[in-house]
Amino acid sequence: MATLAVRRAPLGGFSFENCKRNSILESEASKVGFSVPTARKTGTTICGVVFKDGIVLGADTRATEGMVVADKNCSKIHYISPNIYCCGAGTAADTEMTTQIISSNLELHALSTGRQPRVATANRMLKQMLFRYQGYIGAALVLGGVDCNGPHLYSIYPHGSTDKLPYVTMGSGSLAAMAVFEDRYKTGMEEEEAKQLVRDAIAAGIFNDLGSGSNIDLCVITKGNVDYIRPHDEANKKGVRTGDYRYKRGTTAVLSKVVNPLDLELLEETVQTMDTS
Amino acid sequence: IVPVAGLCPQGSYGIQDSLRSGFTSVKNELLPSHPLELSEKNFVLNQDKMNFSTLRNIQGLHAPLKLQMEYRAARQIQRLPFLQSSNLALDTLRGSDDTIGFEDILSDPAQSETMGEPHMMVEYKLGLL
Repeated sequence: MATLAVRRAPLGGFSFENCKRNSILESEASKVGFSVPTARKTGTTICGVVFKDGIVLGADTRATEGMVVADKNCSKIHYISPNIYCCGAGTAADTEMTTQIISSNLELHALSTGRQPRVATANRMLKQMLFRYQGYIGAALVLGGVDCNGPHLYSIYPHGSTDKLPYVTMGSGSLAAMAVFEDRYKTGMEEEEAKQLVRDAIAAGIFNDLGSGSNIDLCVITKGNVDYIRPHDEANKKGVRTGDYRYKRGTTAVLSKVVNPLDLELLEETVQTMDTS
Repeated sequence: IVPVAGLCPQGSYGIQDSLRSGFTSVKNELLPSHPLELSEKNFVLNQDKMNFSTLRNIQGLHAPLKLQMEYRAARQIQRLPFLQSSNLALDTLRGSDDTIGFEDILSDPAQSETMGEPHMMVEYKLGLL
């Protein structure tokens, strides 16, 4: 009888029911010396640059979970619309979900207006959503694309502020990448020059920041064409083993040999490919 | 951590309604468990308020008045109290029928694991409780 209750109409969205319990658990756990699991961050270097005909976006491919590499080859350049792509740094789940939600909203908006979506629209949707959650959604984004008004590049911070600039970097390796940009950026670069500049900036982040590593992904967006190059450059190849500890056949002398063939018949053969994307 | 008034007991006369919302805990009522809890609870309301006041300033008092009358009508189109309604008319009026947010993806009320007790909820709705 005590459990009879009339429920108020439930709302969708975030539920804060467990927040108090979680904070109590965290304080209890730290007393015992055990730490709560951390969210997977992308601890990244992402950057973007405007060149003569469009945008080049670049990202590294390492995802970290505290001090451990969680994913050696994750894809940080997310699709927003056919002419707009977005790199994400910060909490991996947050960037993933935010970009997917904005991508869906932009698609609905484009269907409703009947026009190709603009980068400024995506920017405004992102900043309004991030500001609504007051920075608790840890997504730092580099948004770039080419629309009817030309190429545009924005950087969006987790609390909702945005900057419209010709070259931007975000993530833990942003200072290293920005140093390269500040040195070598020129207005009106050619595509190859811009790709080389972005590659060098990301490489600076990869080699000088612990949170970034593995390969360099590039995305070149021009009017009517997108080149998603993954990977553009494998800066960190896993080493090849030069020696082998296995003993060669014949190291131990064979005294006698008996062969017993087993009578088996092949019933079914299936091939299941591993998802190496 | 600032004590807030928005989490006061929701029963009549401001007393905790143990039948409907369980046992009391002073801390639960005074302190929000997350800084975003209050702002999220009132987000739709605040957004509507903002839109109505903008409309009033641009188009005059008639615009929000007519719209609010339509909202009131649309809000009454519901299923039985314990069933989840799609709120299609309300969504169309608000313009949220062609947007997706976290409220559509996370803890979708149409797929919640618990359901209100049908008899109790109908009696509550009719005022018999």
